[in-house]
Amino acid sequence: MSPLGLTIAVPRGALMPGTLDLLDRLGVDTSEVRANDRKLLFESVGIVTMRPSDVPTYVEAGAADIGICGKDVLMEQAGRDVYELLDLGFGGCMMVLASREGPDPAAEALRRLGVMRVATKYPRIAARYLEDTGRQAEIVEVKGSVELAPLTGLVEAIVDLTATGTTLRENGLVIREEIASSTARLIANPVSHKLKAREIDAVLERLRAG
Amino acid sequence: MIHPIPSGTRDVLPDEMRELRAVESALRGVFDAAGYGEVATPALEFESVLARGDTMPPAYRVLDDHGNVLALRTDMTVPIARVAATRYATAEPPLRFCYVANAYRQVRPHRGEMREFLQAGVELIGSPAPEGTAEVLDVAARALEAAGLRDFRIGLGSASIVPSLLDQAGVEGEDRDRVLHELVTRDFVGLDREVRRLGLDERIARIPLLRGGPEILDEVPGDAGGRLRAAIELLDASVRDRIILDLGLARKLGYYTGAIFELYAPGIGHPLGGGGRYDELLGRFGRPLPAVGFAISVDRLHEALAL
Repeated sequence: MSPLGLTIAVPRGALMPGTLDLLDRLGVDTSEVRANDRKLLFESVGIVTMRPSDVPTYVEAGAADIGICGKDVLMEQAGRDVYELLDLGFGGCMMVLASREGPDPAAEALRRLGVMRVATKYPRIAARYLEDTGRQAEIVEVKGSVELAPLTGLVEAIVDLTATGTTLRENGLVIREEIASSTARLIANPVSHKLKAREIDAVLERLRAG
Repeated sequence: MIHPIPSGTRDVLPDEMRELRAVESALRGVFDAAGYGEVATPALEFESVLARGDTMPPAYRVLDDHGNVLALRTDMTVPIARVAATRYATAEPPLRFCYVANAYRQVRPHRGEMREFLQAGVELIGSPAPEGTAEVLDVAARALEAAGLRDFRIGLGSASIVPSLLDQAGVEGEDRDRVLHELVTRDFVGLDREVRRLGLDERIARIPLLRGGPEILDEVPGDAGGRLRAAIELLDASVRDRIILDLGLARKLGYYTGAIFELYAPGIGHPLGGGGRYDELLGRFGRPLPAVGFAISVDRLHEALAL
């Protein structure tokens, strides 16, 4: 159990440094987490580290009381039974529709074939966005580098998350549409939100105060 | 040979069944002693009857040999409302029923949810707030105690708190739906954003985050707070100590009208059960009576007892 009296799900990857800085400010000693890249569970400080898209899973089940994850993950996993309590402001990025530079191959495919093929790691966000904007699309779910898909002719466009746009540019892709912006969010398990109300509210209060 | 069964269903074998039966029998004992008569209703009902409940649509429908659409019940509250209106049309209220029965719901894939699950609960029909509410809260607490659960808590709120705040602010139509959507999906960041966008009283974003003792009821507009306070005052001290007021509590079923509650055990990330007032449901079956009830998930209670 941590000094906060809560088990905290911490995402590895891009949001990890911001999350650990935030926990430092809350008085949680994160030095062991920072020093140890392979260990996953830090019981003395109540920290569990995991892949970002697993954070809602652990928090929903109550295996962690609170967690930090991107809005993109929450959007993709809509319907998770977790409380979204606070926009933490860091980890800003944009969910975009992108395709190869030059004349837009996706628009061309829609015009000539009636359907565009879109590769993504976010099939639900992509399907919903294209449906909402009245376009028929074939969604291709990929697990690795999405940028590769339009370059090899697998698809005409991608839906992906970008912070600076550098990776897209380096692969000759341009942003065609901005779908949604995303920042890190603090989420909580619904039962912990009641049974550990005092601990969770103390965290919220300190984070709101900045 | 391995013969599969549908995901979200399971076999219960003797070791588990013995324990489940002990849990059920403890719950039944409390229900019976409190005057709740056990009923059984068909697992299959006409879809048109279940639709009167305004609850989630049934997950499993079949056509019978006459072309009628039948559906597996999604809970026991709607079938018991039907029984009360049909079989007890002239009986003097209050009516007290209890059940231990399977219900059936759609699952979200890979979340460990069950399509078929066992519920034990009561329905108290014809007893208004706050007396009826206090009575079923008391029965729920004694039932969990009888099953051997010690550290449980009861989250208590009201389905009418945020709607009445929105009424006061004159928020209607699509804006109202958007605010309520953020609340039901428990997105407090989105709730805050909608409240700012519409230029509403900041209390609408703040009040649903309040949890605590009776002192937070001072924040509640209208008469919902007074009714909750009255229900709490009717409770035995041992039950009152277990109550956590939660002004943002929202339950997924459409028929709740007033006080709503959930049952929590430490170490279990989901509520063990819950219930609330459904003062308009019986009217949809032609017998307008205030009513209140709850259901406990027998499997989750069993899991909590095993911790």
